[in-house]
Amino acid sequence: MTAALFTEQLLNGVQFGVMLFLIASGLTLVFGIMNFINLAHGSLYMAGAFAAAVTQRLTGSFLAAILVGMLVAALVGVVLEQVVLRRFYGRNHLDQVLATFGLILIMNEGTRILFGPTPLRMNLPDALSGSIEIVPGVPYPVFRLVILGVGLAVAGALYVIIMKTRMGMWVRAGASNRAIASAMGVNVPLVFAGLFAVGAAFAGLAGIMAGPILSVQVGMGEPILILALVVTVIGGIGSIRGAFVAALLVGIVDTFGRVLLTPALGSMAIFMLMAAILAFRPKGLFAVHG
Amino acid sequence: MADLSANPTKSHDWLAAPLLVLALALVPPVSIALGDPFLVKVATRIVVFAIVAVALDLVVGFGGLVSLCHAGLFGIGGYVVAILAYHDFNAEPFGLGALTFAGTSNLAVTLPLGALVAGAIAPVVGAISLRTSGPYFIMITLAFNQMFYYAAVALQKYGGEDGLQIMSTITLGPLDVSNRYRFFYVALAGLALTLLVITRMSASRFGIVLRAAAANETRIVAVGVAPWLYRLVAFTISGIFAGMAGALLAASQQFISPVDMAWDRSGDFVVMAVLGGIATVWGPVLGAAAFIVLELVLSSWTQHWHLAFGLMILLVVIFLRGGLADLRHILKPRTAGGAHG
Repeated sequence: MTAALFTEQLLNGVQFGVMLFLIASGLTLVFGIMNFINLAHGSLYMAGAFAAAVTQRLTGSFLAAILVGMLVAALVGVVLEQVVLRRFYGRNHLDQVLATFGLILIMNEGTRILFGPTPLRMNLPDALSGSIEIVPGVPYPVFRLVILGVGLAVAGALYVIIMKTRMGMWVRAGASNRAIASAMGVNVPLVFAGLFAVGAAFAGLAGIMAGPILSVQVGMGEPILILALVVTVIGGIGSIRGAFVAALLVGIVDTFGRVLLTPALGSMAIFMLMAAILAFRPKGLFAVHG
Repeated sequence: MADLSANPTKSHDWLAAPLLVLALALVPPVSIALGDPFLVKVATRIVVFAIVAVALDLVVGFGGLVSLCHAGLFGIGGYVVAILAYHDFNAEPFGLGALTFAGTSNLAVTLPLGALVAGAIAPVVGAISLRTSGPYFIMITLAFNQMFYYAAVALQKYGGEDGLQIMSTITLGPLDVSNRYRFFYVALAGLALTLLVITRMSASRFGIVLRAAAANETRIVAVGVAPWLYRLVAFTISGIFAGMAGALLAASQQFISPVDMAWDRSGDFVVMAVLGGIATVWGPVLGAAAFIVLELVLSSWTQHWHLAFGLMILLVVIFLRGGLADLRHILKPRTAGGAHG
């Protein structure tokens, strides 16, 4: 592998990693605070992508597509949370898995009814569709760099909000011990509803940014959801920092696995990584719960 | 909460499993009488999936561990049958390191072998997965399922993503079981065996420990029992039967593909078990039957049947918490001691 190829693949890996982080950040906080497994989180990624693709077709504006896509994803997330998911916080994990599994079927089929089975296309504005040479001899698509930048910016903002603000303190308190945080006066249900909306918007954002690279189609959420779950679990459920480290790790291992190994073996690489990490650290790299 | 009496099946419940097997045994004659061979095809599918659902029940219902890798173990059993049949058909010896074997289409060999291979892989998966608990367990089993799925896709020689067709005639010893009716009874015997073993296990001391550990792990550790080994054994036995079911599926449809071991199939198995009722051993048989019949009926009405199916899963989880098996309490008057817990 030449240095140029290595640089390109490393960038691809990091870019895929930050995209996984966008999805996993909401997942891990919801998981950590409410002890709730949301398999339907991938549906929010899909909702964002579809809303953006349709908005772009109607208005022609990429910026409007991003805004509407995130808003729709957040809205769908809040409606799901208030109408269905709320009932399952006190239930066991089996019920949660089943209920959200049912929701995946409903969301996928609902999307198919609304938009039809053919994948939608999203086009990049001219300013983002070129490529630049970051290292001499390595042309790299601008849009992928934008994804990288957006992902890192979101990660940075999340870090500041969660580590430095009062609201972030509530979230951390809720993640490490919900009962005690509640007893100390944190309005956990409210924090959670807000968190769910933000997590959904981020998942939607990831879906929108995946739109121009992959195609916008029914069922696009599940493969990425499984990877996001892997990230969540490797990082330690409830840990934002863990999710970030794990997302980069998974993104890089997955990308290099596909280049160096056969595609199928490459797809197995991250699952082997996960099994290996959990075998030695059963609660992930950055365990939040004691 | 789990019922910890030595025999969890109350009053006449022990009759349920033999009655279900008997009812299924009547399907071929009915199918012949109606001149509708499709009926047996559906019933075979029900029986095969019922085996996995019952096996999964040992882990999910009695062990309290939600496994999402049973489709993987199921598929492994199927691939053993299909790969050996491939080598039989092409008269190409099957090499395993320094050893070579002739391929075979004889289920008397491949069926136990499929079960054993799945049963050899299950404890490896179990030993690693059982280091974790709760949501981590669900996720790590999901990861193992994906690993098996991609491993099957990587089998380029055996069709890769397209799956592997069985071209040879499947036999059971000297018996040709490519006949649909004959094969059905082979599968049904497999289900009867599964029900027998799992019923005996769940009522034994082993089963009591397993259920007690699911109900309150701290307490069971405090009385000096380490639940880890019990769970590993339960997971392994469950894996053996899942592998057997996969072997039967491959033989019955003369085909196996990675789709048969995708993660959503694992989800389907959990739905079948829960839909039937995981508090009983036989409930999942009802669940598998309801699942497959619903799938058929709904998909004949509309191509958007997944929507109705998803709604149904939601409603069952919200309202019918004991699954279909709970309906029996509606059919008979409740007595003071007989209320379902």
